[in-house]
Amino acid sequence: MSTRLTKGGRRIDRSQPVTFRFNGRTLRGYRGDTLASALLANDQMMMGRSFKYHRPRGVVASGAEEPNALMGIGQGGRFEPNQRATQQEVFEGLEAESQNHWPSLAFDVGEVNAALSRFLPAGFYYKTFLWPRAFWKHVYEPVIRQSAGLGKAPKDRDADTYEHYYHFTDVLVIGGGLAGLAAARAAASGGARVTLLEQSAHWGGRAPTDDDATDQVEALVADLSKMDHVTMRLRCMGAGVYDHGYVLGYERLTDHLADKTGPRHRLWRIRAAQIITATGAIERPLSFAGNDVPGVTLASAVRDYLADYCVSVGDRTVVVTNNDDAYLTALALDRAGLSVPAIIDARQEGGGDLAEAARARGIRVLTGHAVAKVTGRTRVTGVKLARQTGEGAVIEDIACDAVAMSGGWSPVVHLWSHCGGKLNWDDAEAMFRPDATRPPTGADGEGFVTCAGAADGVFAPGEILQAGAAAGLRAAGATGHPGQMPDLAGPSERPLRRANPLEPVWLMPASATRALRAKTWLDYQNDVKVTDVQLAAQEGFESVEHAKRYTTLGMATDQGKLSNINGLAILSGALDTPIPQVGTTTFRPPFTPISMGAIAGEARAETFQPLRRSPLHDWHAAHGADFEPVGAWRRPYAYVRPGEDRHSATAREITQTRAALGLLDASTLGKIIVKGPDAGRFMDMLYTNMMSTLKPGRCRYGLMCSENGFLMDDGVVARWDEETFLCHTTTGGADRIHAHMEEWLQTEWWDWKVWTVNATEQYAQIAVVGPKARIVLEKLGAEGVEGEAFPFMSFQNHRLAGIDSRVYRISFSGELSYEIAVPAGQGLALWQALLDAGAEFGVMPYGTEALHVMRAEKGFIMIGDETDGTIIPQDLGLDWAISKKKDDYIGKRAQQREDMARSDRWKLVGLKTLDGSVLPEGAYAVAPGHNANGQRNVQGRVTSTYHSPTLERGIAMGLVLNGPNRMGETVEFDTLEGGTVPARIVDPVVFDKAGEKQNV
Amino acid sequence: MLILTCPCCGVSGEETEFHGGGEAHLTREGPGADDAALEGYLFHRENPRGVHFERWRHVYGCGKWFHAARDTATLEVFGVYPAQTTSPPEDLLAVIREKRPGWTWRGLS
Repeated sequence: MSTRLTKGGRRIDRSQPVTFRFNGRTLRGYRGDTLASALLANDQMMMGRSFKYHRPRGVVASGAEEPNALMGIGQGGRFEPNQRATQQEVFEGLEAESQNHWPSLAFDVGEVNAALSRFLPAGFYYKTFLWPRAFWKHVYEPVIRQSAGLGKAPKDRDADTYEHYYHFTDVLVIGGGLAGLAAARAAASGGARVTLLEQSAHWGGRAPTDDDATDQVEALVADLSKMDHVTMRLRCMGAGVYDHGYVLGYERLTDHLADKTGPRHRLWRIRAAQIITATGAIERPLSFAGNDVPGVTLASAVRDYLADYCVSVGDRTVVVTNNDDAYLTALALDRAGLSVPAIIDARQEGGGDLAEAARARGIRVLTGHAVAKVTGRTRVTGVKLARQTGEGAVIEDIACDAVAMSGGWSPVVHLWSHCGGKLNWDDAEAMFRPDATRPPTGADGEGFVTCAGAADGVFAPGEILQAGAAAGLRAAGATGHPGQMPDLAGPSERPLRRANPLEPVWLMPASATRALRAKTWLDYQNDVKVTDVQLAAQEGFESVEHAKRYTTLGMATDQGKLSNINGLAILSGALDTPIPQVGTTTFRPPFTPISMGAIAGEARAETFQPLRRSPLHDWHAAHGADFEPVGAWRRPYAYVRPGEDRHSATAREITQTRAALGLLDASTLGKIIVKGPDAGRFMDMLYTNMMSTLKPGRCRYGLMCSENGFLMDDGVVARWDEETFLCHTTTGGADRIHAHMEEWLQTEWWDWKVWTVNATEQYAQIAVVGPKARIVLEKLGAEGVEGEAFPFMSFQNHRLAGIDSRVYRISFSGELSYEIAVPAGQGLALWQALLDAGAEFGVMPYGTEALHVMRAEKGFIMIGDETDGTIIPQDLGLDWAISKKKDDYIGKRAQQREDMARSDRWKLVGLKTLDGSVLPEGAYAVAPGHNANGQRNVQGRVTSTYHSPTLERGIAMGLVLNGPNRMGETVEFDTLEGGTVPARIVDPVVFDKAGEKQNV
Repeated sequence: MLILTCPCCGVSGEETEFHGGGEAHLTREGPGADDAALEGYLFHRENPRGVHFERWRHVYGCGKWFHAARDTATLEVFGVYPAQTTSPPEDLLAVIREKRPGWTWRGLS
């Protein structure tokens, strides 16, 4: 059984017991425990079930590489799935639950998958569920959805807050082990700003456990802590290295605390001139049958649990290895008084000094041997011993309740590789290590990442210190802060950990039978076995990237940490190609998953995006405005009164406006000033129609196209004076159109003397609309605005209610209409004056929906409704707004392309349902016959559709094949409910065609 | 995330401060251009692995367009220069020739 020993444990504080809950059971641990160590202390060996076969799984590792012990942590708004028990620290009241089981961890229905494993080979989901086709929707997909995914998605709104932190540093050191500490110390010696991140809660990495280096670690930490220019963070993972020295750090602030006050995670957005990745190495599992039975643990993790938490994984632990390192585990267990029935060393020659030490303590050492198979289901009961060079013929059964395995070490090259650092295969050590001559390169073409310590394939503690310091000095020097080599005393001499070389062992025993290989796991998390990778190779998935995707090897949170090299080696063997030629899959950030909350940071709810508000916004809000988003603006859709809904409010607003007087807040419309000696020439290029001939004081409706010929914006242009135009744009288009103007001025016609200003927010603009509009203007002090004294499509300056105003006589509703522009700060005063003056006519504000209906009644197009980026003005019958006289305008040549000029484009028409109903938005007009996919052919679609309170029926516009030539024809429109609605093709202008209402 | 230096205002900023504007030094084809020339202007773009000339706008800064010469594979930035030119400056081309012997890009080498 796994248990807590009576004394010791570097990281735990026995004076501070904590209680926590696991699957509803209350358990005890100590402050400083991880969830994994606390569960082991409670003999909770089984910590989850595997993804595909639902096999019982225990903890394999002690750190970030843990594939099995993934837990749902917290409850309600603080629930998060897939947290590694090896990294989650326990605290009073912690709630944890294991995953991938139903109904319980001990008894699981899905385990039947394991019995069916013969039918779930690599790529089974590409093969098994294809036929019969009808099964997909009702059988396969529901079953797959039920079983897909690791853990449960949180259901409640996240109760925590998160923050982003911007940080700039000369040298960033990722990893606070011996190498990282030495690098930071050396880098800081010359005054460089140094930042040191460590993902765990402790400095020193493996050095205190493996190298007795506690003193050296404490001395370095003490030195660094005194330096003001050094920033140190624990529980802060270097998540990813990106272009030009950009790094994401992921700091977990409250995950280890009962008190959740303050932000939960902080995302560090770091710019570093130089980066040192001192990220250590990860021990590899060995590939033997039953290597996933709970109790089979990495040898280094067994040492960690013993030294850090004083927890034994088992009472009797068989050690199996292909290198000297695992002997450390056997010695540690033996010293702790635990039984080591045997050390099984696959090497014929066995180990060096450490092996001698083990023999000297009376531990049985078997060289040239292998584990043929682990026995036990929910926990190890023993191993079957075989020769490494055979097929697995059993020599002896060795009883044990834990297996400590070591297949050698893989440097953590992830961060080095994220941004393009290249790797070399080191045959002697059987590992990929960074190629220092091919680092990720920055803006200057020079490398900006250095690997140090075990991450660079350096393992001896003295060498690690020196290599770390050298990397630190080099990095600081590159940032202009040369320093001095610090005096770094190495730990006292210990028996050589690598006296005898490692021997690559990719399969144990070397010629294991298929039955054994089919129980030999390469990737615990994704349930990928040796036979799966061999099958992938056999089926032609020879590229490592293809094999990965076919088998799912190294996917999900593992990202190749444990599975990568063993999987590559099996693939290499199956393809008979050396490992370096097989290559490795791409290491992608983040190193381990980071929370969605941390990525979002403060950007949620109201702070997700800054809102733009018109100067009248507060008035609208106080008067029943039901807002809708228009770009970043919020505009009143309608002013809903008690007892009304949006629909009836809109109808009331339209009826009132057409009958007497309505007001519209048009402040959000884009207002761009184009000024200069060449302004007219520039305007002629921007708009399809002739703007240079517009007289000062007059207005003209204009269309703007992209260089591809497509209509991108429209609006009324006013010529303020000879050199100055005001361009009205759509509400959502102002910034885009201003950028469009600047792009052409700066990059094509940079010698033209034109200046543009986006003055949208400088003016409040109020449309006074309806038959009584002129009277209200006169009441506010306007003089000489009768008939031809102030003609349609002109503007005048007036003093209205004591405010200097520019009044444009333009109309988007077909009514007599004036749009009054005043400085933004005066908007509310004018609005109030208009309401007061209009009271006798029942004046009321109207919203965007009334605006839309009234423009549709008049057949006016709306950018974004009638246009979608594929529509040219000619499609909308706007040929009258395209100058025939001009040599050129943006988009002119493109509109002559064959596809634009063809006669059978869909064109704008009005649509009148025979029964007066409102056509569905976006509905297609069906045509006879079917296309190659068996869908109905189509001949047009609805672009705008409303209920018109004026006409008391549905009105619509749409694009229809040859539409303008088919007036009076009836076409059928599809409905969502099925069936069709007949509508007659009519003139788009359905109200006051002659324009008599505004011509007064 | 790239760091670029705006040649107009001199600020070095994060990529998010800028907006990429595609390939540099296109020649506008207007009325009178034949179909092939128009097609090339509107649609055909270089997509090199290596030296590339691009347009960028310092959109959350001074608002000015400029050009950048960059290696799309290594992300090295050879230099930036104003937008008001139809070809890269000669001294920049010399830098690129030294760093990437044998490079070509459209008519340049």
